[in-house]
Amino acid sequence: MRGSTRAKWVVSAAVIAMAATACGGSSDDDKGDEGKGGDSKGIVRAYWSDPQNPLEPSNTNEVQGGKILDMIFRGLKEYDPKTGAAKDAMAQSIDTKDQQNFTIKIKSGWKFSDGTPVTAKSFVDAWNYGAYLDNKQLNAYFFSDIDGYADVHPDKEGAKPTAKTMKGVKVVDDTTFTVKLTQKFSTWPSRLGYKAYSPLPEAFFKDHAAWLKKPIGNGPYKLESYVKGQGAKLRVNAGYSGTDKPKNGGVDLKVYTDGNTAYSDLQAGNLDLLDGLPAAALTNVKTDLSGRYINQPAGIIQTISFPLYNKKWGTEKAKKVRQGLSMAIDRKSITEKIFQGSRTPAKDFTSPVLGAPGGYSDGICGELCEFNPTKAKQLIQEGGGIPGGKMTISVNGDTGSHKDWADAACNSINKVVGNDKACTTNLVGTFADFRNQITKHEMTGPFRAGWQMDYPLIDNFLGPIYKTGASSNDSLYSSKKFDKLLNQANAEADTTKAIQLYQDAEKLLVQDVPAIPLWYQNGDAGYSDKISNVTLNAFSVPVFSDITVK
Amino acid sequence: MGRYVMRRLLQMIPVFLGTTFLIFVMVYALGDPVAAMFGDRAPDPSTAAKIRHDLNLDRPLLTQYVLYMGKIVTGDFGEAFNGQKVTELMGSAFPVTFRLTIVAILIEIVVGISLGLISGLRRGKIVDNASLFFTLVVISIPTFVSGYLLQYFLGVKWGVVEPTVSSGAPFGELIVPGLVLAGVSLAYITRLTRTSIAENMRADYLRTAVAKGLPRRRVVTVHLLRNSLIPVVTFLGTDVGGLMAGALVTERIFNIQGVGYQLWQGVLRQNSPTVVGFVTILVIVFLVANLLVDLLYAVLDPRIRYA
Repeated sequence: MRGSTRAKWVVSAAVIAMAATACGGSSDDDKGDEGKGGDSKGIVRAYWSDPQNPLEPSNTNEVQGGKILDMIFRGLKEYDPKTGAAKDAMAQSIDTKDQQNFTIKIKSGWKFSDGTPVTAKSFVDAWNYGAYLDNKQLNAYFFSDIDGYADVHPDKEGAKPTAKTMKGVKVVDDTTFTVKLTQKFSTWPSRLGYKAYSPLPEAFFKDHAAWLKKPIGNGPYKLESYVKGQGAKLRVNAGYSGTDKPKNGGVDLKVYTDGNTAYSDLQAGNLDLLDGLPAAALTNVKTDLSGRYINQPAGIIQTISFPLYNKKWGTEKAKKVRQGLSMAIDRKSITEKIFQGSRTPAKDFTSPVLGAPGGYSDGICGELCEFNPTKAKQLIQEGGGIPGGKMTISVNGDTGSHKDWADAACNSINKVVGNDKACTTNLVGTFADFRNQITKHEMTGPFRAGWQMDYPLIDNFLGPIYKTGASSNDSLYSSKKFDKLLNQANAEADTTKAIQLYQDAEKLLVQDVPAIPLWYQNGDAGYSDKISNVTLNAFSVPVFSDITVK
Repeated sequence: MGRYVMRRLLQMIPVFLGTTFLIFVMVYALGDPVAAMFGDRAPDPSTAAKIRHDLNLDRPLLTQYVLYMGKIVTGDFGEAFNGQKVTELMGSAFPVTFRLTIVAILIEIVVGISLGLISGLRRGKIVDNASLFFTLVVISIPTFVSGYLLQYFLGVKWGVVEPTVSSGAPFGELIVPGLVLAGVSLAYITRLTRTSIAENMRADYLRTAVAKGLPRRRVVTVHLLRNSLIPVVTFLGTDVGGLMAGALVTERIFNIQGVGYQLWQGVLRQNSPTVVGFVTILVIVFLVANLLVDLLYAVLDPRIRYA
């Protein structure tokens, strides 16, 4: 009797196991259509997660939406994946005599994937759409340098636009349009590679809802099918006129609920490309994927910013404390131990992806970014010690592992000042709440700030964050000298000289320390043995058109 | 019976209003979702104000709630921030989670009850001790550990099953996730059934049944098991709701875009239409499951009558 019951037990367990394997086996066949692409038709199967906003170019400000827009759109400029330099894509020429009025000629013969031609009007309409307040586009500020932006997008809360189109943008003929800026801005054309400046087909304006369901662009790929929350199938756009024609048959983007899940699929051979590896995978990724792993700095810098509007932190004396705190943080150990090398200690206020032509220089931060306990302690003491004897570093708890590094940074500071309780982490529950407190200027101590560049040029790392009254100047830093240098740089016709002026401005930041540069976030990706020639561009998005499938 | 059901249905209305309001307040308390939409950049005030206005976020909380409930009555559950209708999200998420729940419940019932029955009948014997040990182990392993382990060994290392579930989530692919999801409840059901069986073994009606010479099979299945199932059914009833809402961990591990995942996304992006909409449906599921459980009591135990 006892034997027979035990047998039942075993049998039932076996039945479950068999059912599991049998069904797993049959599901292989079901998945066949989806899966075999990777081998036979030259399709790359890549990781995706649901874009946060509808897929309009001027409304997409995060990586996952940017990934697909990068494939289906080409703007006037394109950033070289290796050097980050802005090259002409759809632009034939962008001419200016006074750094303020630009004449843009586009190449003729380009078509959207629905067959309609890309004309000057496609650009002008798209830009006007992006800027117009009632369209609620998150990237509207990209057009704020254009004359007439204030009429279509007044800055004040509750104000109504007085015009529908910007008076600074005019169509001359099918392939020419002119742009007038509100002030001189020599490096303005370099930012035109950002996807917010993409042209839009007439279909976008005629049937907006249908376009959103299946966006139509002029890029190297066209969208074959798109199911929100599940994935998108992209195939080569046969009518694409650019030089970077895809070297594969297409890309299948698959939405995953979690990075770890995608990593399991990558190991099991069901996925070819995973960018943004989960933290848990970093320790073993090199051996797991036998070296098929890329890890390089991205256009993202993390800093600790100071609330200069607060009496404790904004004074001339507190400047020394800010300098001291910067030298008290052991960036190298934190990036290695906590981030497993997925961050690179910062050496300036920009990012290495800019390269020397874009304005990056590894000598700018100098001593300020070096760990130097003795000097740090001395500076903090000279500045009167940490204000009130205690400080907190505020971070949000819901994304990234910010608490880990903030604890480590505090630990590093505490060791320097010789007080276990001097610095603690202040954890704010959600990112939304965290941003809310920052934008209302309610911070009483240093807080985490991150900056993801819009385009790979030095001015994007300075103007929006540190210029007086700039949109992301969360510290309320204000320096007349700094503002003047930026304005000079913007008006300088010679790019090399302009970069020099931007760097001079950046050096002021090193003296004034409105923020402490911490590290550059790295972009990383792992890939299967079925694909090769995988690279990441300056935005840490895989260069899909270059990927070859075995 | 009919009147009883009627009364229970009417009672659901205040419960429904109360829970949705509480959830609405909680999501509201999380803070302003618009600031997060702009990423690390400070929101441009006029765009942010415009978005807030269009989402009714600039009105007082109570007005927002009334406006929201007014729309729900007409079947309009609002939109997620990516422009997708919440009803559309529900349409894709609920069937998937429902299938996963069925798989899990079936595993719980079949394995849990049989294990409980066997160990209850053989109290104190090796089988009983083995099952006690097994259930203790299962209860003490958190879902994400068993989930990742099964996924790694079955899916990645040995390749017997696909490590992730494809977008359609057919039953076959849901067996391993179902097993993981069922794990903890399965252990509870085993313990509950065992105790209940052991207790009823000494009941008078069972002695009578044995004394009048009924075959053992009939004594066990009809008399013993049926009467012992009441606590188990109670547990299963509440578990249905729990499994549907609480499958978040399992769903994330196995790439199942079900209710738990959508709820998690909604909370993360502070999209109240998504969160409140899904919770509303879950509340209804809970209420109905509980009603069914109460009705099942009468079926299992003829002594129970509803009026």
